[in-house]
Amino acid sequence: MVLRRKMIIGAVLAAASLAAIATPAWAQEAEVLAEDVQTNLDNVFVLVSAVLVIFMQAGFALVEAGLTRAKNVANIMMKNLMDFCAGAVAFFAVGYAIAFGTGNDFFGWTGWFLGDDAFQYGTLTVPVTFLFQVAFAATAATIVSGAMAERTKFKSYFVYSIVISALIYPVVVHWNWGGGWLAQLDTPFHDFAGSTMVHMTGGIAALMGAIALGPRLGKRGPDGKPRAIPAHNVPYAVLGTFILLVGWYGFNPGSELAADDAIGGIAVTTTLAAAAGAIAAMFAIWLKSGKPDVAMTANGMLAGLVGITAGTAAVSNLGAIIIGACAGLIVVAAVLFFDRIHVDDPVGAVSVHGVCGAFGTICVGLFAVEDTDFWQQGLFYGGGADQLVSQVIGVVAVGAFVAVAAGLLFMVLKKTIGLRVSEEEERAGLDVLEHGAPGYGPDVVPPTVPTPIGASRSSGSVV
Amino acid sequence: MIKLVTAIIKPHMLDSVNDGLKGAGVQGLTVTEVRGFGRQGGHSETYRGAEYTVDFLPKLKLEVLCGAGDTEKVMEIIRASAHTGKIGDGKIWVVDVERLMRIRTGELGDEAT
Repeated sequence: MVLRRKMIIGAVLAAASLAAIATPAWAQEAEVLAEDVQTNLDNVFVLVSAVLVIFMQAGFALVEAGLTRAKNVANIMMKNLMDFCAGAVAFFAVGYAIAFGTGNDFFGWTGWFLGDDAFQYGTLTVPVTFLFQVAFAATAATIVSGAMAERTKFKSYFVYSIVISALIYPVVVHWNWGGGWLAQLDTPFHDFAGSTMVHMTGGIAALMGAIALGPRLGKRGPDGKPRAIPAHNVPYAVLGTFILLVGWYGFNPGSELAADDAIGGIAVTTTLAAAAGAIAAMFAIWLKSGKPDVAMTANGMLAGLVGITAGTAAVSNLGAIIIGACAGLIVVAAVLFFDRIHVDDPVGAVSVHGVCGAFGTICVGLFAVEDTDFWQQGLFYGGGADQLVSQVIGVVAVGAFVAVAAGLLFMVLKKTIGLRVSEEEERAGLDVLEHGAPGYGPDVVPPTVPTPIGASRSSGSVV
Repeated sequence: MIKLVTAIIKPHMLDSVNDGLKGAGVQGLTVTEVRGFGRQGGHSETYRGAEYTVDFLPKLKLEVLCGAGDTEKVMEIIRASAHTGKIGDGKIWVVDVERLMRIRTGELGDEAT
């Protein structure tokens, strides 16, 4: 996306200078004005997109709170609150420089604390570029909280939030969007809005976290089979899913990083993949268990969204429906698979973001309609396997790096602070012991001065 | 003699029982949300493709105070209006009440029902 924007600016500048030679002064001013308007439009559009992506935090919070139990609802909300806050500060201080600073093929090192040399994209200002990117960093970070729900020490989760936003996510981003080695392959790796960069990064970290923790108490039945631990609030989960869908209109079209004629098509492929994912997941679970399960269908919509994110600008509308539907089927199979191998992921984050993120990224190499400066035509359209190979390289490399980095992080946390709460705390719920009060408390009426038996409340006299 | 009629019913049958009792002139009814199992022994539901059993199903407990002469009528109204014929309809039982007092007036016994 970087290159395309530069070409547009080049064309506009060329047109402006031609106009300056050929036209009178008043027309020249009008040309310059048009360019300023475009710059402002770009900045406004990307800023609004960033806000939409930040709103996805609310969606994640509700999905995760809804799909887990009432006794842990304050804890999961707190984790969502803090991974954004810790992530924002960490990405501002360190992460942004590692991701987008000038450096080598693997990480950058200029622009700490948004200081001098902080990266700015095209005509976007530094603050707008940063805000959009920090919203993405926070998305990658918050994916993990659901997979580690209902059993993780808050302290450890807080440390994790800082490390993923300051180090792990920024390194991955530098490889591709920061101009690193994945962007320099003969056929560059293409991940338009972050199926791999954001979602798979979060999903793999979530997988490592869930493995390091082990399943929740009671998740494994006495017969060794996985048991269901049902959601406590399905309306939260569905509302959160819809909020995520809305946020995705910032995530995908916003990644165009310009208010141009491509954003509408991107919004359409995003919509179609989301819808197809939900429909496919609904039928898959309906066939499997005899009922159209609501939580699984909501997961299906998110799977479609994650799946389309890499190729949202490159594929046709039909391609988007196919990718979304396949992601919807894959997420159901993946959720059941991780259940079976006793990786306890209460909200399906590993399946939605990890598995479907990888799938969607690879799909660019299959479904890209035509050659452009940013991607090669996909295999299904007769474009050969070059793009496909690059996509697989990117998925494998990012997956391996995140697995090792996050695995190390959780191992160190386990050995030092400790990763999991005590058995007693897990049974009682994390709300009271981690945070002091339940998420859904009773209405407490603080006692006033007690009225003695037989006393009249109005006069206060004792009979 | 005052009797306490206690019934466990399916939650969605409350309106029909309430209408029946009010129609018969019953002056008071206490409802409590409870959970439990009887002969049906809970039931199983599915979530994300996995089955789980709900051991204790939500029910309502109704309590009605009435004079000894009215107990048969009250029991029959509850039985008829809470009846679905499917397992889990609940139970009704009656016990003697030793003493009864209305808090507002201090009335005792039959006057307090």
